[in-house]
Amino acid sequence: MPPEIRKPRPKYLALHQIRLPLAGYASILHRVSGAGLFLMLPLLIWLLQLSLASSAESAAMFGAVTGNLLVKLILLGLLWAFLHHFCMGIRILLIDIQIGVEKQQAHASAVAVMVVSLILTLIFGLKLLGAY
Amino acid sequence: MKRLVVGAHYGLMDWLAQRVTAIFMAVYTLIMFAATLGGAASSREAWHALMANGFIRYLTFLFIISLCYHAWVGVRDIWMDYVQPAAIRVTLHVLTLFALVGYAGWAVQIIWRL
Repeated sequence: MPPEIRKPRPKYLALHQIRLPLAGYASILHRVSGAGLFLMLPLLIWLLQLSLASSAESAAMFGAVTGNLLVKLILLGLLWAFLHHFCMGIRILLIDIQIGVEKQQAHASAVAVMVVSLILTLIFGLKLLGAY
Repeated sequence: MKRLVVGAHYGLMDWLAQRVTAIFMAVYTLIMFAATLGGAASSREAWHALMANGFIRYLTFLFIISLCYHAWVGVRDIWMDYVQPAAIRVTLHVLTLFALVGYAGWAVQIIWRL
């Protein structure tokens, strides 16, 4: 390749200038939500342990931990992370079997993933926060 | 012969495992949601009874293993995408594996002594 048309490597991308389609953001959020769930696994397993232990102290501890506002907010975040990961996962599985591959359908399903996971987060989140 | 200690050369097996575990976990989630609607989380006793049920425990065990395998593939992909130096990357892989294997043991122990 003549030097005048050789592109400079390595190429650094200006991330803040890149405009992704909505499906791109949904995809990145799939990764972010998965990473968040992984990082918070110890908390979730600990809560499972407290919820199932037979001692009265564990029951009281479970109530105290889940009653804490910071824990509630973390759980709310994890709730969204799980629901987004769940919905986006279904979208990925459908695309794997060639359903919704066309540009328009792929955009529509990305919108559906974002909207449905947020609505479900609202519904279950209000339950989590004790609204009903 | 060039040997790579890290890389994306595990191919179809992990791709398939990611999907199979995902489908299992999605079905498990729907089963647990249905149980919750049926009152399985209405009290500590009801929750304990559900999780102590033999068949549910069997499914929960599979869920724990699925989750850890699924998380391993996903987190490993993150390290492969963003961490280039092989020594740091392989260290992160090992730490991720240690964490997940430990979590699996912990979670299985919780449900297995009910």
